[in-house]
Amino acid sequence: MSTDYLLKRADFIFKNENDWEEVLTKSIHRTPNELINELISSELKGRGGAGFPTGLKWKVTAEDKSDVKYVICNADEGEPGTFKDREILSKVPFKVLTAIAICGYVIGARQGYIYLRGEYFFLQSELNKAIKEFEFYCRQINFDFSIKIFMGSGAYICGEETALFESMEGKRGEPRNKPPYPTSFGYMGKPTVINNVETLAHTYTIFKYGSKRFYDLGVQFSRGTKLFSVSGDTPKPGIYELELGMSLVDFVEEFGDDDTKAVQVGGASGFLVPRKKFAETTIGYQGRLVGISLPTGGSMMIFNSSRSMFNVLDNYLVFFAEESCGQCTPCRVGCQQLLRGIKAVKRGEKPASYLDKMLKLAETMQLTAKCGLGQSVANSFSSIVENFREEMIY
Amino acid sequence: MKPVNELIKSLADRYGRERSSLLPILQGVVEQEKYLSEYSMVEIARELDLPATEVYGTATFYSFLEYKKMGRYIIRLCKTITCAMKGENQILLTIQEMLKIKLGETTPDGLFSLLHTNCLGFCHKAPAMLINNDVYTELTPEKVREILTGYMNRKEEQEENVN
Repeated sequence: MSTDYLLKRADFIFKNENDWEEVLTKSIHRTPNELINELISSELKGRGGAGFPTGLKWKVTAEDKSDVKYVICNADEGEPGTFKDREILSKVPFKVLTAIAICGYVIGARQGYIYLRGEYFFLQSELNKAIKEFEFYCRQINFDFSIKIFMGSGAYICGEETALFESMEGKRGEPRNKPPYPTSFGYMGKPTVINNVETLAHTYTIFKYGSKRFYDLGVQFSRGTKLFSVSGDTPKPGIYELELGMSLVDFVEEFGDDDTKAVQVGGASGFLVPRKKFAETTIGYQGRLVGISLPTGGSMMIFNSSRSMFNVLDNYLVFFAEESCGQCTPCRVGCQQLLRGIKAVKRGEKPASYLDKMLKLAETMQLTAKCGLGQSVANSFSSIVENFREEMIY
Repeated sequence: MKPVNELIKSLADRYGRERSSLLPILQGVVEQEKYLSEYSMVEIARELDLPATEVYGTATFYSFLEYKKMGRYIIRLCKTITCAMKGENQILLTIQEMLKIKLGETTPDGLFSLLHTNCLGFCHKAPAMLINNDVYTELTPEKVREILTGYMNRKEEQEENVN
């Protein structure tokens, strides 16, 4: 299948623009409805990986009648292969702070939080300085809003939004049942908008340039640009802002080392795409009419032919087994069984057909686990086992 | 009253005594003491008027809230996929050989503890590790030896200052 799309680079997020005061002032002089409509018409979807329409999230939260609401910036960036949020917070913190405040204005919240993962503790002091300066400006323009940093302590699961609330409330980071959704019952049981760092940074672009500028980038159902964290077997690892809708063929052409065997899209909780499927795979959100379209938080890990896919899967499963919160049985037991199972097959203690049983187990986890962690283990497990079955056995 | 009681009290004064203050208080104690002793956890529970089991349950959930005694410098070496692909094991062997400890152990002088950790978010500069809150990236066996020597000298300087 041919694609008419080549990699299109963009430079919005990291562009140095010292105009956050102007963007903030201009935005809070518009009505909340105008801003919501701007976001909705941009078709921005959550950049943490789940892809929920951002405008809709803000709208539903704005419509709630509660007196107390919160905005939370999710900076618990823990997905293997993702490192863009740290870069945003260290290079353009004011864009994120401005976006948090505009969101607060739109939904009627006076308090914003940044949940920063413990691993990024070193960002804290610079970020606090930026917050001080930001709040000083807010006071000057009589805009009542404050932002606090809440530090995580080394738990991947806290990137799941309801686990993050639990953690902020001083509890174990165990995900809640949904519904109720954060838009009505979030932090402290109050309506909460929780957005990924990058999503907020994109709203800054949209409020600054208008939704059309953003909408015109990307492809149908996947509008705008996205930051990609590129790592693994590549001569140029790093962070790149690209338009959505690119084909994996083009991506590998640009970032591969001429020996690319597979690309893991979306981190350990995402999908492994083997070379033979590069052409039919595009990067964007579901709903594209041709080929497979993969949503992603932007983690792109490249493997060349020297890599053993058994080792890759083993590494992911150790990760999941350790990071599973242990609350629900499918995930707690499932991760451990998958890990033991692939080792047993490799050692010849179990027949190759045991892999099929494990594929069923992975499917069960997908259907029955309580949160995204347990549900997404099947993504990498099935895509690796199905495409590299012989490497699992021999 | 032990110094840790003073610390807990001042942290509670600073962050408040609500349940939502628990994590910052636990983090504050770990920052100072390097770990949470049972004594500290019971005292935090008392200060916040929470059941001690709740404090224990919360504290032990988080991998950065250590509840075993740790060294002054906690080395957390990333073992997730990209670091593993880019030579994490050689770094691990180098550290183990240099400090004469295995994963999960602390040097007898109480200076270093060695732990594995999951993705640090430096996959583009793998392999990576944290020493307390500082990140070191693109590690090689030579580089890691230099870094650790730096920490060891820091200790000697501090002792000279005391003398």
